[in-house]
Order: sequence, then structure tokens, then C-alpha cells
Amino acid sequence: MSTTTVDVPEAGAEAGEVVPVPSAGRRVWAALGRTAPVFAVLAVLLVWISIENPNFTDPPVFLSFLKRAAPLAVLAAGQYLVIVAGEFDLSVGSLVTVTVVVAAEVLADHPDGTVRAMATVLALGAVVGLANGLITTRLRVPSFITTLGMLLILEGAVDYWTDGAPKGALSEDFRALGRGGIDDVPWLEQLPWSVVVLAAVAVAAVLLMRSDFGKRLIAVGDNDRAAALSGVSVARTRTIAFVLSGLAAALAGILLGGFAGVSAQVGDGLEFEAITAVVLGGVVLGGGRGSVVAAVAGALTLEALFTLLNLLGLAAALQDAVEGLIIIAAVAFAAFRLRPDR
Amino acid sequence: MRKRRWIAGLAVLAMLAAACTDDSDDSGDDGGDEATGGEEAPDIQGGTESEFFDQAEMDAQLAMRDIEPEGPADKPWEQAIEPEYVDTSQYATPGPWKICFSNASVDNPWRQVGFKTMQAEVELHPEIADFVVLDAEAEDDKQISDLESLAGEGCNAIIVSPNTTATLTPAVEAACETGVPVIVFDRGVNTDCPVTFIKPIGGYAFGADAAEFLVEELDEGDKVLALRILPGVDVLETRFAGAQTIFEEAGIDLVGAEFTEGDPATTKSIVTDYIQREGGLDGIWMDAGATALAAIEAFEDEGLDVPPITGEDQQDFLQKWQEDGLTAVAPTYPTYQWRTPVIAAVKILSGEQVPAEWNLPQPKITEDTLEDYIQPDMPPLHYALCGCEDMPGFPERWQE
Repeated sequence: MSTTTVDVPEAGAEAGEVVPVPSAGRRVWAALGRTAPVFAVLAVLLVWISIENPNFTDPPVFLSFLKRAAPLAVLAAGQYLVIVAGEFDLSVGSLVTVTVVVAAEVLADHPDGTVRAMATVLALGAVVGLANGLITTRLRVPSFITTLGMLLILEGAVDYWTDGAPKGALSEDFRALGRGGIDDVPWLEQLPWSVVVLAAVAVAAVLLMRSDFGKRLIAVGDNDRAAALSGVSVARTRTIAFVLSGLAAALAGILLGGFAGVSAQVGDGLEFEAITAVVLGGVVLGGGRGSVVAAVAGALTLEALFTLLNLLGLAAALQDAVEGLIIIAAVAFAAFRLRPDR
Repeated sequence: MRKRRWIAGLAVLAMLAAACTDDSDDSGDDGGDEATGGEEAPDIQGGTESEFFDQAEMDAQLAMRDIEPEGPADKPWEQAIEPEYVDTSQYATPGPWKICFSNASVDNPWRQVGFKTMQAEVELHPEIADFVVLDAEAEDDKQISDLESLAGEGCNAIIVSPNTTATLTPAVEAACETGVPVIVFDRGVNTDCPVTFIKPIGGYAFGADAAEFLVEELDEGDKVLALRILPGVDVLETRFAGAQTIFEEAGIDLVGAEFTEGDPATTKSIVTDYIQREGGLDGIWMDAGATALAAIEAFEDEGLDVPPITGEDQQDFLQKWQEDGLTAVAPTYPTYQWRTPVIAAVKILSGEQVPAEWNLPQPKITEDTLEDYIQPDMPPLHYALCGCEDMPGFPERWQE
């Protein structure tokens, strides 16, 4: 970007907002306007949950909610990077399943190989992301198709490998990240590792979006031709976004496998939940707009909604329907909001 | 699988609009839930109000549990409860035989253990020269075409494990019409044209075994959460119906019946939510044991003692039960039933009589018998009642 003469749109102060308005005050105001709805909805849901379940405000109970939401929030952060760059990653759900199944396999051969298992699955996530990125950018296959194909490939591979029923088990050490925590923390009782991981991922994502790379990512999503003309390597930028999404999926798989153990269905539908979370965070499909913090908040909102539905005794079968309603409503809302801009 | 989920999501969305208008009626239907107190009654689907519920069948199954089965006690897969034998001399034919099997699927650990056991059983019979297997991959239409193609294969006998009951009935009838003896096992069909229908006692007995244990361990008004895999499958609906009846009679407060889709993460989340919402649970009832460990972990991670819980005969659950001294019971849907169809085929082709409805014993594992079923060398999702310990290739074949 340093050698270019054409200006790449500035990223907003808060986590990579593209705001073409120069004034800092108005920029912050505009950013808030775009992300505030999700925080408002999240706040309403959290208050509602604590009315239904007064224990919810106890730190340990709230932390257990965050612990459960962490895998989806990590996935949403990864999905945000891809969506803001103007693409989709539908392969993350099946990648989560692959992660869990492969980790169980590695641990079956090396019971003490926790680090080896984690390194293996993270590498696998990066490789799948790289493949998604290269196929999308170099072969010019639309990412919707690339990652849908990858979803089917990975799902088929898992089915073929496990015959639909996973083998092996995850060791206690491996599961600690998703299940355990730092004990005897004053007031909190136990600080779950997954909450620590979630915080680290969120901070890393914010820093990333404030870096030059983050600005390039948004520029690519906003208008890839303009970005290319200004010297940004569109293909490389998007490929890196896919790799990071793959890594996030592997990390989410490590957390989910830790939370609940081996399952060949663990990732089912997660890609849809991640996209819903990102959209709920006000991130515009097609790229170029939205903040990663809001995307993570979108994941927490979705998880809060599921918790509330459960507390209200609504059938779990309705969760899919509610998810569908939300994604349509959120996109409709975004389209409505953006209309005056055009 | 996931593709379908997407489409299903969209379809449900369309139906939701219609369902919303029905909300006012729902509260009226649940009149029987006043016992649960002033809070909103749980929205419990299925069970005794399900279209699958059949009181006479339930009574018959519960009675069957106390009847001494006929046959060798050390080979429960050859035993039958109150058999009514049919003559099969018309099917007698000299070997070697070609036996064909249309399998619904092998997509869960129960079916995998069962199928391995069945293959081992085939190896025990040298007269079976050829064993042809078509896997329907859990799809009705695939199984219908599988059965059609088997009809032209020159099979001496056709074994069917139907994917669903109603849809597969005409296909099984068509197979019967070819004159080849047909053997149905596991799930049933709505026709008596097969020579024999093999099954354990059934879902009502399974659900009742688990519920009776909880009733014994708990007091009136205690809170029980029921965890179910999915709605709409007869063998699972009957399990819940059997339990629900018993809970109602005993005044157990069934605080919810939730579907886990067999997913441990979902199970753990649901149980955690209920623990927090109800301020603790006094018992867990499960219609299948595959996610029992996840349910147990939910209590552990909340720092609570695990209440009385029901599971199934998987090794992971049985070992956890033993290690932690849980209060538990494991009703079973024994995988040894996969041996029986092969034995039946051999008998039929030899002209020996077989029971028209072959009800196999369906034991439950209790505190006292737990020790006998622990197999530390077997995989976590191995089913202890495979009846496979003396078969060729044990244990390696079941460890893969």
C-alpha cells in the first residue's frame, strides 16, 4: 500500500470499519450506528435470560455460557475475515468435524501427543483454507461453490473414514482446552481456557483488522478492482483470509472436541451458524463493511438466543427455524439500512 | 446430511408462520401438566400422545419381560419368547446357499457392531457360499431399489433391516412375491409376508426398564430430564412412551424431553441449561446411551454429583459407571440380534421351523451384573451385548 497513489479507503477506528467520512467523531458515530443493533439485541437477550434464570448473573454461570459460545465466536471471527473480503466459507462446519475426528485418530496412536494432535489439526485447517483460497482466487471458482465442494469432500471423507460413527477418544489433556480452566480464580471460581482463547482470538482479530492487512482486506471486499488498481494483491489477501478461517475452524474444533468429546456430527450446520452470527453482527454479505467485534458479538447473540429458547422450554427443533428467520431478517435489515447510501 | 438440514431449515421457516398462529391452542392441549406447578408447562412432544403409541403393544412388551424364553440360555440370540413356530419345509433346498441382505445403514456405532457380528455369524456357516450385502445408506428410495435388484440376484433367502416401516412395506411385499423366503429384523414392516420377524422385546420395555429404575431411586415430585435422539422413529418413540407412562404414574416431575440428535455438545448444553434453570436435576432418562457420557460431564463440570442416570450398553458409559460408582442402569437393545437372521436363514433353508415372530430376550445391565459387561480392551462405543465374544476374529474385528 505504501507505494500506491490511489487511496485505499481508510479503516475505521473501531475494528476495521470502512467509513468514507473523514471526521473522527462522525466516524465513530457511524460505526456505532452499524454495530449498535447487535449489542442492543445481545443486551436484551442477556437481561431476558437473567430474568428467566436469576443464577445467570453469577460469574461461574455466565462464564459457562461464554465457554459454550467460544467455539462459535472463534468460527465467526474466521468467517468474518472471509466475508468482509467478499467471499464465503461454507467448509468450516465439516472442517470442525474433521478436526475432532483426526485429533481422536492421532491421540489413538500417541496417547500423550496432545501438542502433536493440536499441531496436526491446525496445520490441516490451514491447508484446507489454503486450498479454498487458491481454488477461489487462482481458478476463479466462486467461493460459494469452492467451499460447498470442500464441505462435501470433507464430509464424505469423514463418512468414508468413520462409516458415520467415530472411533477412538480424546485424551483428558487434549480436552482441557475446551473443558477445563484455571482453577481457584477469586470471584470467578474457574476461568475456562476457552474463554481465554476467545479473548485472545478477539484481540488478535481486532489488531489484525487495524493493521495494513486488515485495511487491504476491507478494500478488497469493498471493491476488488479499485483495490487491485491501488496495488493490493487481491488473490493473496483473500487466500490469507481463507487460511485464517481454516485455522479458526480447527481451533473451534479443538474447543468443541474438548467441550464434549468425539462425535462425527459435531460440526453439522456450524457453517450456517457462523454466517448467521456474522450477518447478525451487521457485517454486509459481499464484503467491505462490518466489524469483527460485532461479528463475535453476533455469535454470542446467537448462542444467547439458543440458551433463551431452551430456558423458555421451546422445542429444540425450532432452533433451525429461528436461525433461518434471523439470517433473513438481519440481511433484510442491512439492505434497508444501506438503501439511503445508494 | 447438512444439505438436507439447510433445506429443512428453510421448509420449517415456511411452516413457522403457520405454527405461530396456533400458539394459543397449544397451552390448552397440555392440560395434564398442572402437576408441574405454576411455571410454564414444558412443551413435550411425542410419547403417549404420539401417533406411534399403542397401549396393547406396550402391555404385551412389559409382560414379555417376565416370561422365560425358550432355547439355550447361554445363546440368547437363539432364544425366543413365546414362539409360535411356522413350517418352512417348502423352502428347504440343498446348499451351498446365496444369502442376500438389504441393510438400512451402518451409520451409527450400534449398527456397526451389529453388522460386524452378522458377518462373523455368516462365517460360522460353511453352507453359506455367498453373502451379498447392499447398504441403503439410510435412504428409503435406495433401499427400495436395493430390494428390487436383490430380487433378480438369485438369492436363496433375503434378509431385510428396513430403514423405515411404512415406506419399505411394499418393497418387502414385492420381495416376498418372488417366492424367496424373506427375513425381517430390527425395525418392522406392516406386512406378515416375511417368514419371520426378529426383534428384541421392544422399545416400550427399553423405556420402561430405565424409567422403573429412576422411579425406584427417586421420590415423588423429583425432577427428571428426558434426553432423546430424534422424533418420529417408531423404535425411539415407543421407548419414550414407555417411560412417560411410568413417570406419570409415579408422580415424577418430567421437566423436559429434549432432542440431542445424538450430538454430545448439544447434549451437554441442554443438560447444563436444565441444571441452571431447575436449580439441579434428580435424574436423567435417555432413549439411547451414545451421549450418556456428555450428560454425565455436564454435572461434573458444574461441580455437582451425578444423579441417577440411565444409559445403554456402550463401554464408555459402563466403564464410567464402574469407575465413578454412579447410580445407573443400562437397558439394552442387544446387538446380538444381528446373529439371529443368519441363523434363521440357515434354519429356513434346511426346512426347520422358526418362530413367526421371533422375540429375543432384552436384558438390562444393573449394578449387580455390571462387572460382567466391562471390556476394557474394547472401543468406547462397543456394545457389550454383541454376543460376539466366542466368534471368529474376536476381538480384533470389533476393535477396528
